[in-house]
Amino acid sequence: MAERTTPSFLRTEPSPVLPPPVFAGGAVKWVRENMLAGPGSALFTLVGLAFIVWATPGLVRHLILDAVWTSPDGVACRAPGAGACWSFIARKLEFFLYASYPRDMVWRVNLCLAMGAVLAVWLLWPGAARKGLGAALFFIVYPVAALVLLHGSEALGLPKAPTDLWGGIFLSMIVATVGIVFSLPGGVLLALGRRSRLPVVRFFATLFIEFVRGVPFITVLFMANTMLPLFVPASWSPDRLVRPLVGVSLFASAYMAEVVRAGLQAIPRGQTEGAMALGLSYWKMMRLIILPQALTVVIPGIVGIFIGLFKDTTLVAVVGIPDFLRTVETARLDPAWAGPTISTTGYLFAGAFYWVFCFGMSRYSLMMERRLAAGRKR
Amino acid sequence: MKHLLIAAGLTACLATGASAGVLDNVKQRGFLSCGSNTGLAGFGLPDDKGVWTGLDVEFCRAVAAAIFDDPTKVKFIPLTAKDRFTALQSGEVDVLARNGTWTQSREAELGLNFGGVNYYDGQGFMTRKKNNISSALELNGASVCVQQGTTTELNLSDFFRSNNMKYEGIAFATADEAIKAYDSGRCDAFTTDVSQLYAEKLKLVNPDDTIVLPEVISKEPLAPAVRQGDSQWFNIIRWTHYAMLNAEELGVTRANVDEKVKSPMPEVRRLLGVEGDFGKGMGLTKDWAYRIVKHVGNYGESFERTVGENSKLKIKRGLNNLWSKGGLQYAPPVR
Repeated sequence: MAERTTPSFLRTEPSPVLPPPVFAGGAVKWVRENMLAGPGSALFTLVGLAFIVWATPGLVRHLILDAVWTSPDGVACRAPGAGACWSFIARKLEFFLYASYPRDMVWRVNLCLAMGAVLAVWLLWPGAARKGLGAALFFIVYPVAALVLLHGSEALGLPKAPTDLWGGIFLSMIVATVGIVFSLPGGVLLALGRRSRLPVVRFFATLFIEFVRGVPFITVLFMANTMLPLFVPASWSPDRLVRPLVGVSLFASAYMAEVVRAGLQAIPRGQTEGAMALGLSYWKMMRLIILPQALTVVIPGIVGIFIGLFKDTTLVAVVGIPDFLRTVETARLDPAWAGPTISTTGYLFAGAFYWVFCFGMSRYSLMMERRLAAGRKR
Repeated sequence: MKHLLIAAGLTACLATGASAGVLDNVKQRGFLSCGSNTGLAGFGLPDDKGVWTGLDVEFCRAVAAAIFDDPTKVKFIPLTAKDRFTALQSGEVDVLARNGTWTQSREAELGLNFGGVNYYDGQGFMTRKKNNISSALELNGASVCVQQGTTTELNLSDFFRSNNMKYEGIAFATADEAIKAYDSGRCDAFTTDVSQLYAEKLKLVNPDDTIVLPEVISKEPLAPAVRQGDSQWFNIIRWTHYAMLNAEELGVTRANVDEKVKSPMPEVRRLLGVEGDFGKGMGLTKDWAYRIVKHVGNYGESFERTVGENSKLKIKRGLNNLWSKGGLQYAPPVR
């Protein structure tokens, strides 16, 4: 067999890959596409850059370089040119956390917050094992334990700490958690009720949702805390803190119901019919087929409500419940700290606190959305 | 107007549902429920530990001391200006000690009774020392920072008009903004109630460069309030203040009250319950005033501790001095 000779004009190796043009890849491409795509975009980029250049030095100076980090009282913060007074936050941190809760009992609050954090991570971590146990602990054992710990129980040797002493960050957490935990099941039930074929159930669910959504939140709180004592004898009226908690839960449930209903309507009829054809009961059909799909669709809406609810908790201050924001407002009035930068520092801290939580919730929901939507992406 | 209607309705409800006296309720409950400010330096404000302090707060502690011999048996319920009277009407609080101004309409139309005035306040001015002004009457042509939509604005205009002076009012939505504007030099003077002036002054970059002018251009008698219809409770509230005043007048202080019990002076002996039984008529024990002074102190002590020289505010006694020292504080005798 004659050996095949390669003609000299044929290449034996592929030609080397040329790099793409500079403007078609890498950072340059990204900048061209995202920041300089057209005259409008270029202008916007320039204005944005100018703003950053203008604002950054002042912010850095106010927040870091000129800021007062350690000082026993407000004197150093009052000095001309002093920036943010972080020592004020450090000194008042205990007050922000616990407000008037007796200081020798704050370990109980800390224990509650720690338990809540551990359980929340357990439930929210996608890969965590034995979620059923975690859920049982979080929804049944934890509320009882937290109540006993925070409120105290003579039988267990824990002195009472009445709710008028509660306040600060831990109270904001309680209000938000109660609202979030109750609003989802409440909202699902109300949404199912509104789509029910039983007229009485449908009527009352609709009535409740529309009534609550038609009334401002502040009115509900004011009604609960100021008017209720007029109508019921003192021994009957629930605790001053329980009333706004119930209000928050009912309020959030009504809004949640409409979001869930949107999800239910987005599920094709075929799903229901298929489930019925399999002979599933109503609740099984909902639990196994409809709700898992419906809730996935409306995750952004649900998280939107949670975020709104978290920020709405500050409204309980209107009826005299000292939540976190109220403690900031109170602390900044302290004559020992009064000064030109105190209010700004306090509000900056409060803003950062709410932002961290709301942004965290938002990112978490995005991650869950991607995970849950993986099956439908192909 | 809406408030008044609601309040009138509430009063009607309460009148029909008359129950046991407030004192009995308080004793049965085991603590006094005191409507306080949501936060006002010197009058009602929680400290770093969350313990309420201030002149109004000490008044509530004095009432609790008189009833329970324990100044800590008070529950403070912070109330905003909007819902304070409703909370009192609805029985949510037993007494409202929240720097409320005693006015005719509040007594007559809201169905309240105001006890002894525990702070004579009024609108005043502050200005920079370098302006070399020693009286508000020299403020002709000045620009004045003021909080919007309050009676403060009205009083300001009245004062300048009745004195034939010109001014430029610069109004702000909140006191915070107004004081910032004053500090940055946008106006020559800042006006609000005198008690507030001292608190706001501390927020300036250089508080020492500003003085509070002596003129007080409006009457704001601040007094604790109770619901009408329970004279016994009203007496307790009124006489708690008077007991503190009498103690100051007679030189009885928290430190020396135990020695003063042995005093031969009849007035002191009657006040401290060594002679006679003056608490009985109010449903209290005969040492009610002794308890107040022992736990809280006399009015002067309370004043200096919360708003006066021993506090950050450093408000002068002024109108709040005893009548015998040129002020307005005058208490009827215990006898």
